[in-house]
Amino acid sequence: MSTLPQFDQVNVGDALPAFETPALTRHTLALYCGASGDHNPIHVDIDFAKAAGMPDVIAHGMLSMAWLARLLTHWVPQSALREYSVRFAAMTQVGERITCAGHITDKFERQGERCVRLALSTTNPEGVIKLAGEAVIALP
Amino acid sequence: MIDKKFIGHVMPRFSAVVEAGRLRFFAKATGQTDPVYSDEAAARAAGHPGLPVPPTFLFCLEMESPDPAAIRDLLGMDYRTLLHGEQGFTYHCMAYAGDTLSFEQRIDDIYDKKGGALEFVVRGTRVSNQRNELVAELRAVTVIRNKAGA
Repeated sequence: MSTLPQFDQVNVGDALPAFETPALTRHTLALYCGASGDHNPIHVDIDFAKAAGMPDVIAHGMLSMAWLARLLTHWVPQSALREYSVRFAAMTQVGERITCAGHITDKFERQGERCVRLALSTTNPEGVIKLAGEAVIALP
Repeated sequence: MIDKKFIGHVMPRFSAVVEAGRLRFFAKATGQTDPVYSDEAAARAAGHPGLPVPPTFLFCLEMESPDPAAIRDLLGMDYRTLLHGEQGFTYHCMAYAGDTLSFEQRIDDIYDKKGGALEFVVRGTRVSNQRNELVAELRAVTVIRNKAGA
């Protein structure tokens, strides 16, 4: 279980502990299809993907957003999370290992709460940004 | 082009029950190994009344709508041209297995770029629990890629 870092002990530029996912498998996409309820065949059925003009299936953007959420909930308990948003910049492909990373970009106070703003990203080993996002976390 | 008269349109409210088994399945599918998200005893030891709904799972529950295609059909969007452009969450309180969550979707904005080649639909969703507490606000941006000259 994560414990809260102290507001006074963190600084702009501090990085969260990044991690890399295992190479993405079709099995993971099938599991996410069932667990998420997103049954769009473009993520699991290569025949459908090819008929739609794609070389292969593509990962669910929301799967990457869930990985990136793990970065946050490993750093602080989820109850400290105030805002979390991403832009889906590029598609994530089968076989890719994805690095989930984030760092503090701002410290501020609002409505009596001390907060940090984080910049977040998922990238492949070539450094292509797949998701770019932000989060706001309240710290004691 | 999507008719901008639908800006402000509110969809019928619906609700979804948070199932513990589904949360465990979601944890497995997303590589979440923190036992707080899959083991009821670990969740309680961490001070939760049950398994917590993880940050992005509210989006999954929103897809439990009795008619997931309702907005697409209302706006006349072809799903083959759609991309999920952005997704955001503002959190107000935690939700847990066993909760019944209500979803109120509203079309917050419709706009286009590149002379109509790209259209954007912004959906705002308010999620509240069975005690009428606001749990979260979701913001989804859907992108429609129109063919050149369309």
